[in-house]
Amino acid sequence: MEKQLYTLIIYSENLAGLLNQVTAEFTRRQINIETLNVSSSSIDGVHRYTMSLWSNEETIKKVVKRLEKKIDVLRASYYTEDEIFVQEVALYKISTPKLLENKQISKIIRHNNARVIEINSTYMVVEQTGKTETIMKLYKEFLAEQCVLQFVKSGHIAVTRDVVEHLTEQLFDEDAMRRTSK
Amino acid sequence: MKEIITGAEALMRSLMNEGVDTIFGYPGGSIMPVFDAMYDHQNDFRQVVVRHEQGAAHAAQGYARSSGKVGVCIVTSGPGATNTLTGISDAILDSTPIVVIAGQVASSVLGTDAFQEIDLVGVTQPITKWSYQIRRAEDVAWAVARAFYIASSGRPGPVVLDFTKDAQTSKVAYEPQIVDNIRSYVPYPKPDEKAIREAAELINRARRPFALVGQGVELGRAHNELRAFLEKANIPAARTLLGLSALPTDYPLSMGMLGMHGNLSCNVNTNQCDVLIAIGMRFSDRVTGNLNTYAKQAKVIHIDIDKSEIDKNVKADIPLIGDCKEILPLLTELLQPADHKEWIDSFSEYDAVEYEKVIEKALNPKEGHLKMGEVARKISEATENKAILVTDVGQNQMMSCRYFKYSEPHSVLTSGGLGTMGYGLPAAIGAAIAVPHRTVCVFMGDGGFQMNIQELGTIMEQKTPVKMILLNNNYLGNVRQWQELFFNHRYSCTPMLNPDYNMIASAYGIPSRLVVDRAELDAAIKEMVESPGAFLLHVAVEEEDNVMPMVPPGASICDMIFE
Ligand SMILES: Cc1ncc(C[n+]2csc(CCOP(=O)(O)OP(=O)(O)O)c2C)c(N)n1
Ligand SMILES: [Mg+2]
Repeated sequence: MEKQLYTLIIYSENLAGLLNQVTAEFTRRQINIETLNVSSSSIDGVHRYTMSLWSNEETIKKVVKRLEKKIDVLRASYYTEDEIFVQEVALYKISTPKLLENKQISKIIRHNNARVIEINSTYMVVEQTGKTETIMKLYKEFLAEQCVLQFVKSGHIAVTRDVVEHLTEQLFDEDAMRRTSK
Repeated sequence: MKEIITGAEALMRSLMNEGVDTIFGYPGGSIMPVFDAMYDHQNDFRQVVVRHEQGAAHAAQGYARSSGKVGVCIVTSGPGATNTLTGISDAILDSTPIVVIAGQVASSVLGTDAFQEIDLVGVTQPITKWSYQIRRAEDVAWAVARAFYIASSGRPGPVVLDFTKDAQTSKVAYEPQIVDNIRSYVPYPKPDEKAIREAAELINRARRPFALVGQGVELGRAHNELRAFLEKANIPAARTLLGLSALPTDYPLSMGMLGMHGNLSCNVNTNQCDVLIAIGMRFSDRVTGNLNTYAKQAKVIHIDIDKSEIDKNVKADIPLIGDCKEILPLLTELLQPADHKEWIDSFSEYDAVEYEKVIEKALNPKEGHLKMGEVARKISEATENKAILVTDVGQNQMMSCRYFKYSEPHSVLTSGGLGTMGYGLPAAIGAAIAVPHRTVCVFMGDGGFQMNIQELGTIMEQKTPVKMILLNNNYLGNVRQWQELFFNHRYSCTPMLNPDYNMIASAYGIPSRLVVDRAELDAAIKEMVESPGAFLLHVAVEEEDNVMPMVPPGASICDMIFE
């Protein structure tokens, strides 16, 4: 089956050890995780994981079911690129002496609409937000000028095209709650 | 006013609160406060000291599978805990509800490689339904209640509680807790009525419907619901290894066993039916053989409480996710009575072939060494087909499961998913303790018996009336069979130089008999069945016999070989 880039959005209780359980499902299948972001969600006490990885739909479906089966995972879903808005943040640490001697560097910053968030006599920190391609394009341009001291990007964060956060319905679905105690 | 007690005592109260009556355990440094608390509760719990913690885990499994209650083990940290890992893995694959409580070093030294410290939660996460570290006495009541709820609800499974020593000794104002709802956990999904209607229509139109029955029916106690379903539309049913006692062997619609060493008729007709109705079974590779040729002609209805089983190995045309005890009656209501006589009769043709080529020779050999099949059938009959069959793993397992007969639910305890040699003896101890009114017969090979043979000590001490049948072929027979068939008769590391097992039994004060000749078998079985306590029946069976029929690895299930 064709491999493509999937984004997984997982909601879980905020408990120790859950990240381990989530990643273990990928380890046992030897699937590489491309990006991973974990943070609190808009719901109190609920964590949200955003992961991206290359796989095929059959495998992803099975993994998602296994993830949802974990006791403290509230919801897991997968999306293809056309179903979500994905962004990444990147930070580029640029040498200030290089910036001063090479006019090209500040041009690159302006043309790419990147933001300078810190500058001192040794280095400058530039921030860029966008799709992975946008971020990598800027990185390559800096690289060509041999001015990069450090580079980091955040990994995907994503929101779905739905109007509300998926989970809220489930958490307040009393019928579903009642089903848990039979 | 709430009583102030230690965390260890809170554990005792919480276990009593869950209705626990038996603890399988083994003491050690970091669980000593709990064993100290147990000293005051000798009338509240039967406290079974095993001889190796693997035995405690399997005994808890045997206890759980024979009674439907949660099995409990209490062990120390480090090696005590790691010795239970095989049992925990067995329990996750075979959906067995057990709670393993292990000691842990004091929370102040966690992460320092303290004496007997291992990261038990980290190690057990992939093999449990839930694994949790209790670090405060205040959390004991909640964690125990949650552990039992998770272990026993939905698709059952093992839970681990890792209990730090300081939490055992510190004080808490104890209050009993009940957990019967976790917002992120839906153990009993609501049946989809539309899908049930579609499934009923499909079955009503079917000319050759075939039900595949698994352990889910036993776990969900849906035996009566299953029979009503099958009888209404006269649907033949086959059982998986773990579902063998979900229907009585002699029930007219019960066609036999599925899988690698199952019955020919059931395997062949899986590829002949037009509608396959899987009920609480998971299409394991031992059942399906080569998936590329498995039931391709059939529409598949898959009933399972665990959503992640749907489409895992075999694609379901109609998934019915939920408790089979709830779904089956809804489905039955919509069925139209049907006959299917011709279809049901088609099983007998294949049964006749299997009888002639395999079964006749296994049950009624006229000469030569004793065969495993005849021993199993005779013992089944000597116990009026009412005993609980516990097995170890290997040829002894397949042969006793094939030739034992079942008339009551919860009568087969065998390691299906993990195939754990050494499972049988301790699981039989657990069963004999859980259901003392039933006879427990455990069949073992000479290899597997020695994997937990130390539990003879537990049998001696607890006076557990386990009937042990050692089918001794002086080989790791199952592996030898594969070497004969697929590795050119190269018997690498499979011959066994065996000790005198009858002497071993007598060292533990357990009566035993060695049977070599067919003429002695009946009397020896009678002696075993009539003896009040534990007994070892040591049978010298044909050394190079094979379990047949067989689906060779990679083959289609309908291509069974007979020799
Ligand atoms: C713990 C463990 N180790 C190894 C195996 C692989 N194995 C499966 S069956 C078998 C042979 C069992 O021999 P024995 O107990 O004598 O039973 P027999 O097949 O001869 O009846 C072996 C080694 C296993 N299933 N479990
Ligand atoms: Mg053997």
